[in-house]
Amino acid sequence: MKTFANANARSVQDAARRARDARQTGQHASFAGGGTDLLQLVKERIVSPDLIVNLKTIPNLSQVTRSSKGVSIGGLATLDAISRDETIRRDYPVLAEAAASVATPQIRNVGTIGGNIAQRPWCWYYRNGFPCYKNGGNQCFSFAGENQFHAIFGGGPSYIVHPSDTAPALVALGATIRIAGPSGERAVPASEFFVLPRQNAAVENVLADDEVIASVDLPSPVAGTRSRYFKVTDRETWTHAVVSAAVVMQMEGETCRAAHVVLGGVAPIPWRLPNVEQMLADQPITEDLAARAAEAAVAGARPLSHNAYKIPMTKGVVRRTVLQVAGKT
Amino acid sequence: MSTDPEKPTEQESDVTRREFLGTAGAALVVAAAVPGVAVEGQTARPAGTPSRPRTQIRLTVNGAQRRLEVDDHWTLAEMLRDHLRLTGTKLGCERGECGACTVILDGKTVYSCSYLAVWADGKSVTTVEGLAKNGALDPLQQAFVVHDAPQCGFCTSGQLMSAKALLSANPAPTVAEVHAALAGNLCRCSNYSRIAEAVVAAGAAGATRRTSGGGQ
Ligand code: FES
Ligand code: FES
Repeated sequence: MKTFANANARSVQDAARRARDARQTGQHASFAGGGTDLLQLVKERIVSPDLIVNLKTIPNLSQVTRSSKGVSIGGLATLDAISRDETIRRDYPVLAEAAASVATPQIRNVGTIGGNIAQRPWCWYYRNGFPCYKNGGNQCFSFAGENQFHAIFGGGPSYIVHPSDTAPALVALGATIRIAGPSGERAVPASEFFVLPRQNAAVENVLADDEVIASVDLPSPVAGTRSRYFKVTDRETWTHAVVSAAVVMQMEGETCRAAHVVLGGVAPIPWRLPNVEQMLADQPITEDLAARAAEAAVAGARPLSHNAYKIPMTKGVVRRTVLQVAGKT
Repeated sequence: MSTDPEKPTEQESDVTRREFLGTAGAALVVAAAVPGVAVEGQTARPAGTPSRPRTQIRLTVNGAQRRLEVDDHWTLAEMLRDHLRLTGTKLGCERGECGACTVILDGKTVYSCSYLAVWADGKSVTTVEGLAKNGALDPLQQAFVVHDAPQCGFCTSGQLMSAKALLSANPAPTVAEVHAALAGNLCRCSNYSRIAEAVVAAGAAGATRRTSGGGQ
């Protein structure tokens, strides 16, 4: 692996400043939460940092804090800790399930919530060093190439899918991402954190180079809220969603008062389905309604040459997850 | 990474692997008995090579306190294998996919190929060398032998570490729990059913020992 220096950060501001200072002297800096994915990217020479800013030394950044407003999850909380946290399992099962579905135990033990939502794409062209949009180039090789795992929604000019499992859950839960920079903090709704390629094809989110995720804040659940994360994969472990759904519904008996339905694995960002959410609101959840919601879910999908199978798969995932959350299966 | 020209190779060392295997036990005892010794584990660097950022760390390796100076870019696996000569930890993919490099860090399994040595400062790491006590195999290792869990054996140390962490948290796991806990360890010989059998048996035997008031 190439050489670099490691700097142990003392606070989120300290981390951000170290990254900024490194850049001002012409160096490339990277943040390491768990660091697993960063080190793969360094080994593959896709990222070449002169400085790695280690966030693991920041006190309390991995804490899950409960308050009357909800739960604040430190950006360095591990996916393993989130999947086991009692409050999260009880009040936000969609997030616990999404975290538990990531990769392998070894990766969940070090991988963090911040790193999971800010991870780079797993498109094989990007990961193999093709000069694509994500590698500083000017084209997307998947469009005319091997695109079986690529986007059916929101693609162009890049057709990556967002690889995070927890990101759809956070959007569905109405989370807020608290971001720390060199001179202060800002809060961004999870639904506005991710960036479509048509806005900027080089990045996946609004983080500046010298910003880190301080926390992910979840509002207290409304009474009757139920949620699930359902993930289809092409093998049992260590892989990303081919299609997934994060569904959060506020139920009153058989009736859904409000729904949040967000897909993973199908678009360059967690893909929210407002038309489906409207269909489900204030309706009793029946097999028939779930089937119609599934049809509506794929309205506007534009498959590439090898991924049209994702359309029936998406329908199945939406229908099934909506019924599960409503307790109908 | 193993072809990285910058990386010290086995040949640079003054001990061969074979000699080392014969004396490793004694060396570890000395290191443990003299905690204040000067920084150990450094590899001589040929003159003229560019200097690289280095950091002093303290960590516990298989129960022994160590103080080391590491290159910032060394992985934990590199430190353990190439500089502490603990070659029981294997490297398969070197990219966080196969699990051959699994070690236990502060009670949790990690891929040591994908974790920097400097990040282990202040932590406690257990490798497969730390399982046997006083020359006696850990009951888990014994179960691997009895149940023929290793075939070629390359994945075995990683499987053992994942299984050890599982048994510490869940002393008598079911087959399904074993499969879930070992999901991050590939076995190229595909001996998964024997491995799971061995872990379940080790758990059940431990439960029997506990209820009968036996040792362990
Ligand atoms: S060598 Fe570390 S996971 Fe394969
Ligand atoms: S025994 Fe050969 S890889 Fe598992």
